[in-house]
Amino acid sequence: MLKDITIGQYFPGKSIIHRLDPRIKIILIVAFIVMLFIADTFFGLGVGMVFVLGAFLLSGIPFKMMLKSLKPLMPLLIFTGLLNLLFIRTGDVLFKWRFLIITKLGVTTAAFMIIRIVALIIGSSLLTYTTSPIQLTDAIERLFSPLKVIKVPVHELAMMMTIALRFIPTLIEDTDKIMSAQKARGADMETGSIIKRAKALVPIFVPLIVSSFRRAVELALAMECRCYHGGEGRTRLKQLKTSFRDYAALLVTAVFITGVVLADKINFFI
Amino acid sequence: MENFLSAKDLRFSYINESAEEPTETEVLHGVSLDIKKGEFVALLGHNGSGKSTLAKCFNAINTAQSGSVFSCGLDASKEENVLPIRQRVGMVFQNPDNQIVATIVEEDVAFALENMGVEPKEIRRRVDDALKTVDMYDYREHAPHKLSGGQKQRVAIAGLIAMRPECILLDEPTAMLDPKGRAEVMKTIKMLNKEMGVTIVLITHYMEEAAQADRVVVADSGNIIMDGTPKQIFSQVERLRSIGLDVPQVTELVYLLRKEGVDLDAETITEDECVEQLLNIFKKSN
Repeated sequence: MLKDITIGQYFPGKSIIHRLDPRIKIILIVAFIVMLFIADTFFGLGVGMVFVLGAFLLSGIPFKMMLKSLKPLMPLLIFTGLLNLLFIRTGDVLFKWRFLIITKLGVTTAAFMIIRIVALIIGSSLLTYTTSPIQLTDAIERLFSPLKVIKVPVHELAMMMTIALRFIPTLIEDTDKIMSAQKARGADMETGSIIKRAKALVPIFVPLIVSSFRRAVELALAMECRCYHGGEGRTRLKQLKTSFRDYAALLVTAVFITGVVLADKINFFI
Repeated sequence: MENFLSAKDLRFSYINESAEEPTETEVLHGVSLDIKKGEFVALLGHNGSGKSTLAKCFNAINTAQSGSVFSCGLDASKEENVLPIRQRVGMVFQNPDNQIVATIVEEDVAFALENMGVEPKEIRRRVDDALKTVDMYDYREHAPHKLSGGQKQRVAIAGLIAMRPECILLDEPTAMLDPKGRAEVMKTIKMLNKEMGVTIVLITHYMEEAAQADRVVVADSGNIIMDGTPKQIFSQVERLRSIGLDVPQVTELVYLLRKEGVDLDAETITEDECVEQLLNIFKKSN
């Protein structure tokens, strides 16, 4: 059951999207988010959608993975939609029943918000689908390295992320083992009220936390044995390099942002 | 040959500072041990005998309270020697999961080199070499958690070889592995010692592994009580038993047969030797 977690899932591949410099990819995603938020009209959003769907096609990631990434956020989408639908009370009334009022503006705003969030999720999941976690942390470390000047521990944070990613599967395995061990001793985690089930998790979390501390101590020792002494003077096996395709991607994104702005303007004049 | 690792009158205590009144537990009571370059030494002793503590003194993880430790001629108590010593004296731990840092095999092997500030091209070359040496090159892009225990331990060893150390300390590297993984790791260790001339200090509970070393050192409650070739050590079955250690199966068989009056060499430690001697006895009696 714990195997279903898809956070940071990565699909190895050789597409142009995969081969982009991860730093550029992060910048592009930020630009894309800006693009979505400056879009005021369906036209503008449409341009953004074309952009992200095009990138998805280029990446060669199966289409159903996109739907899978949307699934866990369904409740959020529905909630946002309903909120906008029911609480916007200006504009032409389409439907009225007791205290429920649905207006034309409400419908369009709800649709607009949902499309915006969907585009956002597709864009960010595309980033994690096509970039290995280690590339991501590497890119974050580089992008934020100017912050070292104001004493932000950038290297340490990136190291923590790498180790956290490395230990996710190990800790999942631990949890499975501890759960089985507790079940073998008659622990009941599946029946009873929510409070009862929550309480049944305590004998799982306590050993899990203790064992992760033990792991942390050993890992720290092993890292010291391999000459780890902070980020100073470190080199990397894989150097990040920007190439022609990275600049091309930047250019395409810039064109699309202009497109979004223009689309809004055109709509305004119509 | 020169002494490569050398401890003299080494005393070490763990200090428990979390208690209200800090307590000191002395683990090593004046240990002296010299290990020569290129030796393959097995360090035996039951739990709490101080063998791991001693190993950690050699690569400057533990600092002795009194006495001296020299690793490759450098004084381990001096702060500026810590990194040079750790580059030359690597250490492998028991749990393979807890010593792999990165999410990809080759990145993990590169970790030590990245810390040392080696040029990227040189890192690439050394990583490939190290992975080929432990026969894990085909797995270089795999995620470590999908490997078997023996494979993980070999990746950990590759991470050290990439540093080009002169000595590797192994703290029960096979304790958590299945027989197949154990055999793989032992093969790698022996290859490193014989072909690359790396000094090996192997801490182990498996007497069969210790029997493959050039020299066996036995520690008991913070002192070194026996030191010699595997033959010299394992022929003293009763003494080993008295401190709670086992002997290899072959040695035990020889010991029991000798007790019954069978004429066997007390210093038999390999199966082949034993079989040969038994065959000779059968031939004679026929």
